[in-house]
Amino acid sequence: MPEDVFAPWDDPEEKPLIRFQNVTKSFADSIVIDDVSLDIYEREFLALLGPSGCGKTTMMRMLAGFETPTSGRIELSGKNIVPLPANKRAVNMMFQSYALFPHLTVWDNIAFGLKRSKMPKDKIAARVEEMLKLTRLGKFAGRKPHQISGGQRQRVALARSLAKAPKLLLLDEPLGALDAKLRQETQFELVDIQETTGTTFVIVTHDQEEAMTVASRIAVMDEGKLIQVDTPDRIYESPNSVYVADFIGDVNIIEGRARKQGADLYGIDWADGQRLLAVTSERAFTEGQPCHLAIRPEKITISADKPVHADNAVQGKILDIAYLGNLSTYHVELPGGMIIKAQTANTRRMSPRSFTWEDAVWLSWTVTAGILLAE
Amino acid sequence: MMRRAVLIAVPYFWLMALFLVPFIIVFKVSLSDTALAIPPYVPTLEWRDFRTFLSQLDFENYIWLTQDDLYWKAYLSSLKIAFLSTLMTLAIGYPVAYAMACCPEKWRSTLMMLVILPFWTSFLIRVYAWMGILSNEGFLNQFLLWAGIISTPLTILNTNTAVYIGIVYTYLPFMILPIYATLDRMDASLLEAAEDLGCSRIGAFWLVTVPLSRNGIIAGCFLVFIPALGEFVIPSLLGGSRTLMIGKVLWEEFFNNRDWPVASAVAVVLLLILIIPIMLFQRNQQNQAEAGR
Repeated sequence: MPEDVFAPWDDPEEKPLIRFQNVTKSFADSIVIDDVSLDIYEREFLALLGPSGCGKTTMMRMLAGFETPTSGRIELSGKNIVPLPANKRAVNMMFQSYALFPHLTVWDNIAFGLKRSKMPKDKIAARVEEMLKLTRLGKFAGRKPHQISGGQRQRVALARSLAKAPKLLLLDEPLGALDAKLRQETQFELVDIQETTGTTFVIVTHDQEEAMTVASRIAVMDEGKLIQVDTPDRIYESPNSVYVADFIGDVNIIEGRARKQGADLYGIDWADGQRLLAVTSERAFTEGQPCHLAIRPEKITISADKPVHADNAVQGKILDIAYLGNLSTYHVELPGGMIIKAQTANTRRMSPRSFTWEDAVWLSWTVTAGILLAE
Repeated sequence: MMRRAVLIAVPYFWLMALFLVPFIIVFKVSLSDTALAIPPYVPTLEWRDFRTFLSQLDFENYIWLTQDDLYWKAYLSSLKIAFLSTLMTLAIGYPVAYAMACCPEKWRSTLMMLVILPFWTSFLIRVYAWMGILSNEGFLNQFLLWAGIISTPLTILNTNTAVYIGIVYTYLPFMILPIYATLDRMDASLLEAAEDLGCSRIGAFWLVTVPLSRNGIIAGCFLVFIPALGEFVIPSLLGGSRTLMIGKVLWEEFFNNRDWPVASAVAVVLLLILIIPIMLFQRNQQNQAEAGR
């Protein structure tokens, strides 16, 4: 049933809700957003992900109306919204600091936006109650922001920004101030709320795990450019560049030169006197082209004896073991001095560790385990 | 335990010595009668015959305050002048504080300096300077005549207008500083949030900025109102013979009439009037401290 998969970005007929067209933004002498084009679809949960200073916040502020692009167009439902001020856009934002009005109660905070529109009083009350219920804040309606916990404040901010039923909701590092445990719970809550309200969400975050959990698509940014916009699994398994592979999760990067061996099979010449590493690639490489082989640590098997039928196998010595509870990461030094990380899941309690420091081990992986990247 | 008691005792002792004891003396004088003597009142404090001493004290002077309409008129007029000048100071001080808070960071300390700068000169000299500005031959009239705006000099000095100008000028920093402090602490994202939720810039100012600077406004108003109510230098130097302010009345009773008991009674009543706003002010400060931030 592939029709049921939510993937409007693959449908050429689908009209985007938001369209960035060659948007550039520069402050004084530095270019913060560099000729970005991006389509965001209705009901989508898009994560703008990148290190600080990559321009993700500027993208969001341009959507909210707090910044104007230096050049280019931003369309909302086909209309250019660049000349519209923030208070005239059907876009609401949840601020990183929550920006709750400290002099107003939770109820009045949520009602603030509704009161600005010409909504009748009973409708406002009904809508506020609905929002309080959605975010499970009923008990706290009469409290001031400084009388509730951080997690509750976060939900008030969400309720307030959703109250006007915006076409697009922007979330600026919405979970940044919460502790790890609460953060995980809230991530799922956020997804649930997004699904029940059917609102399009754009979230800005520097936390890749958060982006992977909540987003339907992730836009990875660096230095004002979009590097890759794709679903979380494609970002993880098929990154388009070393930058993306390295930014999302843990990865081993092996540099070498491509040698064509079959239709889409390549051998990587990575060290003198070593067997070529076999890898399949949809992307074409020319003979001898410099390339990077990216392999996730969990795709590498570690064993004491040389594996018989492995596509790729290298020998090394265990340098370090990081025990993470659910996983153990082995840092294995290859003869050339290169360090490869391999991960095993700790599926059984109290089982003695098979390997220890200084052990000579074999690392092996299949021909499809890695991805070949040009840069 | 002992150390704590001593630590707590120090400020109390300070209050006793500098506030309570002088107040008791003033209160005692207000219950005495005038006399041609030094000091100019009887009875003077006598421990030997304390009972007769007490029997000579009475509330005659307070009754006198209600009989002569000069006094309650002066109180009312002082309240009116203090109230109106507080409003005027707020009207001028708020925009100044707001502009300071909106300024780029690097300018703020300079602006703050400019607000405090007048304190470096004696208050009395600054009031004299205003006499030079406001008099019939003063700078203001000369300028207006030169500019052709008026043809005959305006009489400003020795009128209530001059008193208002003097009070507003003198107490403006006391209004600006607390308001600036609350505006400076305000999170700028609150205004963006208000705009995001459909407010215009002006709407956000009235719905967010003003309520959030409420404590600063209240503090500033009290800091202006309380001293302005008892002000006597400004009305006696800038005001005319028709300017009626209780501080001036008090001064005249004390030095011109040499009627210390009535002057003391005027002072005690003034203090009683001031206790209400002072207590309200204290409560505001306390609320502010409790609200955190």
